Amino acid sequence: MNLLELKSADLESIQQELAEKVAQSPAFFQRSPLVFGFEQLAEPEQNQLDLAELCSICRNLTLLPTAIRGGNARLQGEAIRLQLAVLPKGRSKNSETSEATAPTAEPEQTPVATSPTRIITTPIRSGQQIYARGGDLIVMAAVSAGAEVLADGNIHIYGALRGRALAGVQGDENARIFCTSQEAELVAIAGQFMVDEVLRTNHWKESVQIYLAGGRIQISPLPKQN
Amino acid sequence: MAKIIVVTSGKGGVGKTTTSSAICTGLALRGHKTAVIDFDIGLRNLDLIMNCERRVVYDFVNVINEEATLKQALIKDKRCENLFILPASQTRDKDALTKEGVERVLNELKDMGFEYIICDSPAGIEHGAFMALYFADEAIVVANPEVSSVRDSDRILGILQSKSRKAEQGERVIEHLLITRYDPHRVARGEMLGVADVEEILATKLLGVIPECQSVLKASNQGVPVIHDTESKAGKAYADAVARLLGEQVEHRFLNPEHKSFFQRLFRRTA
Repeated sequence: MNLLELKSADLESIQQELAEKVAQSPAFFQRSPLVFGFEQLAEPEQNQLDLAELCSICRNLTLLPTAIRGGNARLQGEAIRLQLAVLPKGRSKNSETSEATAPTAEPEQTPVATSPTRIITTPIRSGQQIYARGGDLIVMAAVSAGAEVLADGNIHIYGALRGRALAGVQGDENARIFCTSQEAELVAIAGQFMVDEVLRTNHWKESVQIYLAGGRIQISPLPKQN
Repeated sequence: MAKIIVVTSGKGGVGKTTTSSAICTGLALRGHKTAVIDFDIGLRNLDLIMNCERRVVYDFVNVINEEATLKQALIKDKRCENLFILPASQTRDKDALTKEGVERVLNELKDMGFEYIICDSPAGIEHGAFMALYFADEAIVVANPEVSSVRDSDRILGILQSKSRKAEQGERVIEHLLITRYDPHRVARGEMLGVADVEEILATKLLGVIPECQSVLKASNQGVPVIHDTESKAGKAYADAVARLLGEQVEHRFLNPEHKSFFQRLFRRTA
């Protein structure tokens, strides 16, 4: 959940700054819920702010406004009308020492700076669970039986997949799983899954890609190289 | 610099204590000052296999609780000059082990000039096993060629590389795979997993393969580490494993079924 702490009611500059922020790591902000903070916004500006317009700016940038924090009675009433939750004021943080007077998007979790892709180079052992939040997962070794790999995006395994692999766990139906040897216990894409018994009769121990077609899991062999 | 090596497996009964006793004896026989610690508090076994059960006065827990000094608790092996045993307590449980206490004992052993410290882990993945592996530089993971043992070894390898002190410092524990109770005849008949299968599943460097051998049970019951039985297959295989642990290149033996010679067969039939 990201917090957008507003320091001005100037919607144009807000839009510009937000667009820059989102462009830096699009996958991180993809459909991520957003809370507006009004604690640092002066009273006259709170009265001016067009909350409905602010919401539509955010939605256009793939963010999902879900709640407001603080704000005067007018803003709170507006929020309820727009079906946003109203959260109590947070502990005031005077961390905003930067000279910026314009709003800054302040993710509560540090976003992955460069790429949301997670790369694992060592074997994933039984009992381990690896989740690539907001991106793809690349495993350069085997995934053991009893291990679980998850990703919001695609999963690539350069080795045997003997455990469970779940791609598109946030609902991305275009996510795919690729592996060098399909020996999986379970595979799932966007909540659709296939278990061991079916997998055993479906390109077992072959290099495959696993994807959704017509709401059903499909397994097809990867093109062979000479 | 002393090396701390944990002998672990996850599963019970695969040969951890047999391996610990053989490896520590082997290292000592090669002239390295070695200590072996029994971490199986409450189910003390190592002293039996090392044949020093009648000489246990103080134990590991006494040393951790500062009821005895390390020197008082260490038992000198009767057969090798360089080998010392720190037995487990039989009357306590695994919670008696604390991270600080274990660390203090290990540091003291290092200060005493030990080159190798072998930690004989209890089965399971609970506190006792965790204490045994936490400070390890290297790990010998013992597995039987059988699916549940391999699965448990895989689990313990995952714990080693995520929960140990090395892992916390962003380093890796050096892994060695030791396959015990290997029967090439049963592998040939498809009843047992082959070395290649286990190696592939665990993706770990093979330290040795100990063949199923009657000498192991005999050695345990007599309290003589099997490596002393230089005529037996298991004894030879353990000696090879020690050599590999010391960085030597030794070819693996006893991987394939032996073909009985014509005369041996003839003898068997007529006998």
